[in-house]
Amino acid sequence: MTLSSTRLIVGPFNRVEGDLEVTLDVQDGRVAEARVNAPLYRGFEQILLGRPPSDALVIAPRICGICSVSQSVASARALAGLGPAAMPENGTLATNLILACENAADHLTHFMLFFAPDLARSCYGGRPWFAAARRRFAAGDGECARALLPARARFLHLMGLLAGKWPHSLALQPGGVTKAVDPGEKIRLLSILAEFREALETHLFADSLEAIAALDGLPALDAWADAAPPEAGDFRLFLHIARDLDFTGLGAGPGRFISSGSFGLFAPGVWAQGASTPFDPAQVSEDHAHSWMEGAILAPAVGKTIPAPDKPEGYSWCKAPRLDGQVAEVGALARQVVDGHPLARALNAARPGGSVHDRVVARLLELARLIPAMESWIRAIRPAEPFCAPPSPLGEGAAVGLVEAARGTLGHWLGLHNGRIAQYQIVAPTTWNFSPRDAQGNPGALEIALAGAPVLPGETTPVAVQHVVRSFDPCMVCTVH
Amino acid sequence: MVAPSPPPDTYNVLWLQAASCGGCTMAALAADDTGLLRSMARFGIRLLWHPSLSEESGAEALAVLEDCATGKLRLDCLCVEGSVLLGPNGSGRFQMLSGSGAPMKDWIARLAPKARHVVAVGSCAAFGGMPAAGHNPTDARGLQYSGWDPGGALGKAFRAGSGLPVVNIAGCAPHPGWMIETLAALALGDVSAEHLDALGRPRAYADHLAHHGCGRNEFYEFKASAARPSDRGCLMENLGCRATQAPGDCNIRRWNGYGSCTDGGYACINCTSPAFETPSGPFQETAKVAGIPVGLPVDMPKAWFVALAALSKSATPQRVRTNAHADHVIVPPARKPLKSP
Repeated sequence: MTLSSTRLIVGPFNRVEGDLEVTLDVQDGRVAEARVNAPLYRGFEQILLGRPPSDALVIAPRICGICSVSQSVASARALAGLGPAAMPENGTLATNLILACENAADHLTHFMLFFAPDLARSCYGGRPWFAAARRRFAAGDGECARALLPARARFLHLMGLLAGKWPHSLALQPGGVTKAVDPGEKIRLLSILAEFREALETHLFADSLEAIAALDGLPALDAWADAAPPEAGDFRLFLHIARDLDFTGLGAGPGRFISSGSFGLFAPGVWAQGASTPFDPAQVSEDHAHSWMEGAILAPAVGKTIPAPDKPEGYSWCKAPRLDGQVAEVGALARQVVDGHPLARALNAARPGGSVHDRVVARLLELARLIPAMESWIRAIRPAEPFCAPPSPLGEGAAVGLVEAARGTLGHWLGLHNGRIAQYQIVAPTTWNFSPRDAQGNPGALEIALAGAPVLPGETTPVAVQHVVRSFDPCMVCTVH
Repeated sequence: MVAPSPPPDTYNVLWLQAASCGGCTMAALAADDTGLLRSMARFGIRLLWHPSLSEESGAEALAVLEDCATGKLRLDCLCVEGSVLLGPNGSGRFQMLSGSGAPMKDWIARLAPKARHVVAVGSCAAFGGMPAAGHNPTDARGLQYSGWDPGGALGKAFRAGSGLPVVNIAGCAPHPGWMIETLAALALGDVSAEHLDALGRPRAYADHLAHHGCGRNEFYEFKASAARPSDRGCLMENLGCRATQAPGDCNIRRWNGYGSCTDGGYACINCTSPAFETPSGPFQETAKVAGIPVGLPVDMPKAWFVALAALSKSATPQRVRTNAHADHVIVPPARKPLKSP
């Protein structure tokens, strides 16, 4: 294989929650251009049309098995926009807990099952940390997943108590939740959180969650990484490997970050060039120039989803969302940077576009921040007070429901006419991150982040490309839906 | 690149995600509170490749699939999660298997005849599921059914190497126990045709109804019905619950440690049955004719249901009636008065 000017078509990409194909134009051992294809189309936006509005609560979660709660919440919020119900405090607390449980479980799942196994690949056999990485992170039998998969399963008992089951619950309604919490269940919830905290503090962090959340800059992160042997905690092992593999120099994205805010805990906004501005969903549009979709550039409130499989310029089923015409990145790094966490802001100051390192660090930082917040929400639950407001009649018109899924901002744009769903457009986190080029030819966030990634001689599925792709925590099934 | 040959005593599973949401795998990850891989390893089950759990990506993954298709790797079981998309216009282009240039439907058609067992994981792979809702924009099918109609992507006559039809672990998502126990029973050689119901579902769970063990049983007995979300009463009369018709043991074994749909306060939507995705009315409202629910409990004559419902409503204790319309216990059960000393 010659190293100058080759085209690689990479797939099937696993550990990306769905279907992904990446076409790489490689020049002199580096990715020159990447094209990202989401090769599965299921037509949820078409299926929702004409249905009674409350059916969205059944259909929308089934877009995605890993972020189904996020889809439920977006859908419930869109419905609430057309029939405002004063959600009781308990309803807000329970909704936050269910959503945070999914977000936190996803962050952990992503790290131990989807991202870290690539660090145990035989291509790293010569690195000093390889034996440790193999033991902790190997796909299938790594100790990290062996310890933390059971912890994750028992953490999801929170879903059993509050949401009936996971995935695909109907507990999340526009006015609150269908399941009240009794005094005994409140204690059980605290026990579930305590057990999960212990597992994270033992295996993932080898430190208290509060110590991780208190890391306030790059010197503090470095000092923490060096304060114990590399194998003291999987996060520390990652930091050591990331230094050796220069993960800070890999995968810089567009440098414009969106968060719709979450839980009242993480502030909303848009962060670009060192400054924050408000996030206005009315500035979102979807560009179809390189999607196998009819139409041009439309705001989701009037958007259409009409497949055009033979469109010659198309190379993905994914549309290209843009904020005021600009490419943006969403996810835990975006949320933490927008929120202004000192460590995230320091990472951003050092590398405005982010990196593989920064995305993983922000995700685990957020995990450490979420669990204590969840503990406080459980303590605030007041059994015997209401959990759900009575349903209110839905008006005609349009509304948007926004939520932060683990992997970023999710929006449902809903329109009702004659009591039926007349418009339903979904813009999912990975739609933002893995979008194709737009009419101006501007690449999507991952396409930007892949440019420059090294491709070693003989690699057909370059490992650096895999690190960059998975650093976004993609959810391909949400991407096109 | 050739995957190492598995030891002869393992049961080799290749798991593909067709048009799926990935939720069946996500549910399975919580199996037995230990995780899918360890739960399966106890029965000698080995995953040749799984899209969420394996190391192999790209060319390495395609090599595993190719080796299964050519018979170089013994394929004991092909698990398919998600519907098979035939559209647009029969081309299958709504889902191309990345990196292979071929539609997923063709890969499934190539691999299924090589497998000793073929398992549809979830209602999408079994019957079409949610992607087949409404006018079915992608021409989504189950492996051996399209809704209630035999046929599906593999055809009515398809039989796996063992002679069994496709084993349909229906559910959206299926309970993790259904997946582990079905695969384990297949690996142990314990599954023959009589262990499957008429729609290919394992009778181990499909012989039960979701109603069995429902925590709202006293409210059901007295037809003390919930009127709005978060009420404790029975969900059948008003809120669309189909648990008295739905195959499944979900209220006997519980989900995620403690839960079930009805315990979570919302209706069973009969997700283990074909065409559940397209009900006649809203999911969360009970369809009625002249005040009588259209979907009566299975095996129950309508006249008896009406008579018994009227009788039990007239006998409903005040406690049950009151609590049915609250989200917590307002009136506790009566206690015998304490004996005076």
